[in-house]
Amino acid sequence: MKEARGATAPFRFYTRLQMTELTGRRASNLQELTDTIRGVSGSSIYHHTHRFLQQHQSLSPEPPNDFAYWIAGELGEETLAERLYSLDIMRFDSIRALREAIVATIEGYVRTNPLASLKFAAEGGEFHFLKSVSFIMPTRYEASDLREFADILSRITVDSIYYHVFESRLRLEKGKNDFSKWFEDCLGDRELAALVERLDPYTQTLEDLRRNLLRGIERSL
Amino acid sequence: MPLIEDYAPIVGQNVIDDIRLLSERLRGRTVKNVNSTAVGGGVAEILNRMVPLLRQMGIEASWDVIKGGDAFFAVTKKIHNALHGGAETLTAQDKEIFMETSRANIEAVDTGAEIMFIHDPQPMGLVAKKRDNKWIWRCHVDVSRPEPGTWDFLMGFIGGYDASVFSAPQFSRELPLRQFQITPSIDPLSDKNRDLEPERIASVMEKYSIPRDKPIVTQISRFDRLKDPLGVIEAWRLVKKYVDCRLVLAGGGAADDPEGMQVYAEVMERAKGDPDLHVLLMKQDDLEVNALQRGSDIIIQKSLKEGFGLTVSEALWKGKPVVASAVGGIPLQVTHKHSGLLCRSVEGAAFALKQLLNSPDYARTLGANGREHVRRNFLLTRHLKDYMLLFLALYHGEDLVNI
Repeated sequence: MKEARGATAPFRFYTRLQMTELTGRRASNLQELTDTIRGVSGSSIYHHTHRFLQQHQSLSPEPPNDFAYWIAGELGEETLAERLYSLDIMRFDSIRALREAIVATIEGYVRTNPLASLKFAAEGGEFHFLKSVSFIMPTRYEASDLREFADILSRITVDSIYYHVFESRLRLEKGKNDFSKWFEDCLGDRELAALVERLDPYTQTLEDLRRNLLRGIERSL
Repeated sequence: MPLIEDYAPIVGQNVIDDIRLLSERLRGRTVKNVNSTAVGGGVAEILNRMVPLLRQMGIEASWDVIKGGDAFFAVTKKIHNALHGGAETLTAQDKEIFMETSRANIEAVDTGAEIMFIHDPQPMGLVAKKRDNKWIWRCHVDVSRPEPGTWDFLMGFIGGYDASVFSAPQFSRELPLRQFQITPSIDPLSDKNRDLEPERIASVMEKYSIPRDKPIVTQISRFDRLKDPLGVIEAWRLVKKYVDCRLVLAGGGAADDPEGMQVYAEVMERAKGDPDLHVLLMKQDDLEVNALQRGSDIIIQKSLKEGFGLTVSEALWKGKPVVASAVGGIPLQVTHKHSGLLCRSVEGAAFALKQLLNSPDYARTLGANGREHVRRNFLLTRHLKDYMLLFLALYHGEDLVNI
């Protein structure tokens, strides 16, 4: 077995545990939806664009976008739903930018399809705005080289992977995921960093993401 | 009583590790749960399992039950119905009875714990004794369309709390305090949900004279109009024109509930003379319920209204394909066409049943997805974790908390 290159600083695995806070706010048509999207906290936008990823960790039945899911299911606007769930979240580096893109997508659609704004959800089918409250904790796992990193990655909770890949990049606005940052800054492995950056985590389950990360690391070892 | 480690083979050691990590932040905290009954009902069932687990985690959890006479419980039953949207309003005398019993309980219950965790409306009045500790109101009922006068009465107490907890998003409204969503859970190690030997299942099916010669569709619910047992029979009759199958309607006895007995009588009348329709009035027996669910091919839950509808998670945990109404907390448990089929009418239920009966592979896939969804989201360990996060949230107002 090849000896793994040591890192200039160890990688500490964190985990994040999340709970859902209710806002009491709801929308029953596209106008109310966009008005409320503009007014709710970033934690709410984050929640509604990431919830499915957390709840369906082995097989994701829907794109991770509650707005799209609701627009298709309750308002029957499949085209708008598709535009929303195919928004490339990886190209946004802040919730603010993502929020603006969601609003612009809905408003742009309504301008060309004005009848869509006349549709209402049935009673009981309103969109309820929730938000994510995240508690971030250091775990006892620390890696000082790539082999240790792979070993820990293979058994750490998906919450930890989730934190370092999604939460850290977008919610903490670090620009890139923690793994790529460590590969580049502390291991000097730009190739691996770039490979991990290219893995679109929004189109795979967290367990698939774990497998793909491990595959990439194995190649680098 | 199971130990937290006993859940590791089911949910994964890493989930237990996270719970332990979290518990280090709460070690020694005192938490007192208060509700209105020590036995019977979902709240007592959950507290019976949850309090010992919290204690295992180093949290000084305790549980008190308030006292009240018949008049008080008649008023709280009225409140319960009104919160579910019933038209009955509280009279001035009702309110006085509620306040009088609340005052008596304020004297009797020690409310000195760091966190007071109050379950449902009955003990809400205790909050008048709040000092500098934290108070949570946990609402277990569907309050999506409460009777306004009753809700206003309760709002007089809600304002005193630091946080509230509801089971589903549609139960929330804009309130002057933080609200969290915590869904209830099932215990995979309880008699109602643990694995059973095939012989045990067979003996229960035999005891109730249910031959397993054709597919069995089952609804397990008390005989209550809101569970729509007559609608289930109607749907099953539509199915039976095309697919030969049996229907089991099994529910608890309700000798003290005149309406329940009336519904049971109507169901019996409708079922008369049909050898494939089995109506079972059962005593409370979790193992038998478990066996009936496991002995069935499809579980239906065609409720018109539901607080949460945990029987759906019970069925999914057993890998059973489910047809269920899209009401209350059921859509949180069933993602349509992924972990079960949702319906909104008798005809919709019949269509879904036919689909599952005619496509056993599809049915098996839905059941397997459902079991995994429950494993991740509706088991007691997730509930325990959520309660611990809730306790921490009382001391942190921000959305991203480093602990």
